[in-house]
Amino acid sequence: MWKTILRRFLIMIPEVIVLSILVFLLAKAMPGDPFTGSINPKADPAQIHHLMKINGLYDPWYQQYWNWVVHLFHGNLGNSYQYQEPVTRLIGGRAANTLWLALFTMILTYAFALPMGVYAGRHEGKLPDTIIRVYTYVTYCIPFFVILVIGIWIFGYVLGWFPTTGSISSDATGWLHTFGSRFYHILLPGLLGALFGTVNIVQYLRSEVIDSKHSDYVRTARSKGVPSKDIYRHHIFRNSLLPIAAFAGYSITGLLNGSIFTETVFSYPGMGLLFVNSISYRDYTVITALVLIYGILNLIGTLLSDIILSIVDPRIRIQ
Amino acid sequence: MSLIEIKDLKVHYPIRSGFWNRITDSVRAVDGVSFNIEAGETYGLVGESGSGKSTTGKSVVGLEKVTSGSIMYKGLDITKAENRRKLDYNHDVQMIFQDSLSSLNPRKRIEDIIAEPLRNFEHLSKDDEKLRVLQLLNIVGLDADALYKYPHQFSGGQRQRIGVARAVATNPKLIIADEPVSALDLSVQAQVLNFMKKIQREFGISYLFISHDLGVVRHMCNNIAIMNRGRLVEIGTRDDIYNHPLHIYTKRLLAAIPETDVNSREAHRASRLAVEQVYQDQQSKYYDDNGAAYPLVQVTPTHAVALPQTIAQQLASQEGEVQA
Repeated sequence: MWKTILRRFLIMIPEVIVLSILVFLLAKAMPGDPFTGSINPKADPAQIHHLMKINGLYDPWYQQYWNWVVHLFHGNLGNSYQYQEPVTRLIGGRAANTLWLALFTMILTYAFALPMGVYAGRHEGKLPDTIIRVYTYVTYCIPFFVILVIGIWIFGYVLGWFPTTGSISSDATGWLHTFGSRFYHILLPGLLGALFGTVNIVQYLRSEVIDSKHSDYVRTARSKGVPSKDIYRHHIFRNSLLPIAAFAGYSITGLLNGSIFTETVFSYPGMGLLFVNSISYRDYTVITALVLIYGILNLIGTLLSDIILSIVDPRIRIQ
Repeated sequence: MSLIEIKDLKVHYPIRSGFWNRITDSVRAVDGVSFNIEAGETYGLVGESGSGKSTTGKSVVGLEKVTSGSIMYKGLDITKAENRRKLDYNHDVQMIFQDSLSSLNPRKRIEDIIAEPLRNFEHLSKDDEKLRVLQLLNIVGLDADALYKYPHQFSGGQRQRIGVARAVATNPKLIIADEPVSALDLSVQAQVLNFMKKIQREFGISYLFISHDLGVVRHMCNNIAIMNRGRLVEIGTRDDIYNHPLHIYTKRLLAAIPETDVNSREAHRASRLAVEQVYQDQQSKYYDDNGAAYPLVQVTPTHAVALPQTIAQQLASQEGEVQA
């Protein structure tokens, strides 16, 4: 088992290198520069020219890349042009917010979707199945940001049940109060994300359950006299979980990408909101750092998927 | 008293059609089948594919929803789920399937596969359970290292023996063997069949042996029922069926057994064609107007055939004359 994980981990190294080059070049290819907009419009072009030169923006790309990588290994991702503070500190403060939100959303999503999927598959074609299917399709059809906007309007402004901005209330003191306040702030975006993000898991699980329900080994289990609930628990559920497990890792990355919408609508200070802001200000250092982090999180997501898969299905461990 | 008594068993599947998917007709997979299985015997159920023999077998294990009729075991009708529960019915009745690979859960180890019926019905300690599984593996001639392997790591014959081990795990009284060897090659067939016979001798198990291979059935079974189009066409002992077949369907099946004697090949071919000719000419005599078999009539204490009384008597006396 550890061998599988180690090998899978080694494969990641070239992936990360290629990713970092791509990220760096794409950021360089973006139009505009970090000074034109933010410095006094009357500033001398020669002055800007000088600033770009001392910041190394005229060097050949490989040299810039190399400098960037060396700094990277020193934990230095450069200074944000916009905020004038180290990118690591800028992101570090927000990464936790985003991760909490993503984790919370994911747990809720699975908590809703797994029972729904199994239930729909078990009662295939009956009324509960139809209701669950219609529900998932309807939620799938509505764009996520529309749901967020409607959700924040109804529950945040009209009913006033949930806070509409920020990640913590300003007067939170003490450990318990802080934690409660944080939780209160991620509750609405988390719930919305989970309630409207079940379609993949439910549909996959449902069709897998229907498949394995009719398979020969389930018939064998019935002939052994295994009670129906144990057949669902030990034979059908475990085998149907495989494709779900396969994209559990990816769904983390999906949520991180989704966080761009959520955080913008909820003004939630996380990486997504920072990303959107830094793009509009052409804050290269922040953009490259964030894209790199998102990319590495994607790779970790697939790594997680593979590890989960090899736990669930012993046949596919790398020999 | 018989171990199990099947009486007028019917399994019909609805055919739905039209816009509203109303039930317009039904497929009569099993249409009024009655027979008894005695303790310790091997009862053969023979028929072409689609004749309803597997459906009958599945009904006896309780896998199929029965339309009407009864299956009596220990004085209770086990077509009802609550009676099956009351009797721990699947403790006593197990099934072996044809496809040994797909009928084993690919993600479970052999240990879990064989131990699962034990876990259902007998609450053994971990060590006892493992000991029991090892004994079972030993009975079917597999090594202890099989415990931690997965089904796909075995050959077809080994897998089918695992299926046998799994079926005998709870010391059942009756095992339904649904074409247990038809997916195996001949040498392995013999191996598995001999294991089944050995286990029968040791534990006094009854088999309901479902097959279309008359050679195998002759090797295994004491009593045989021939099934055609969801009904039984002939019931009898091995001798009755193989030496004094009365129904044309039985005769056709027997004529289809390949002959190994090269010299009599022509004669065999001629007799086969003769039987086929009779079948083509006299369909109406052997089947009723709807193409279904007649109800069974008894011709000797052990032998029954699905024909009108008069024709049955006539054929039986002919058969008797030939014998004399």
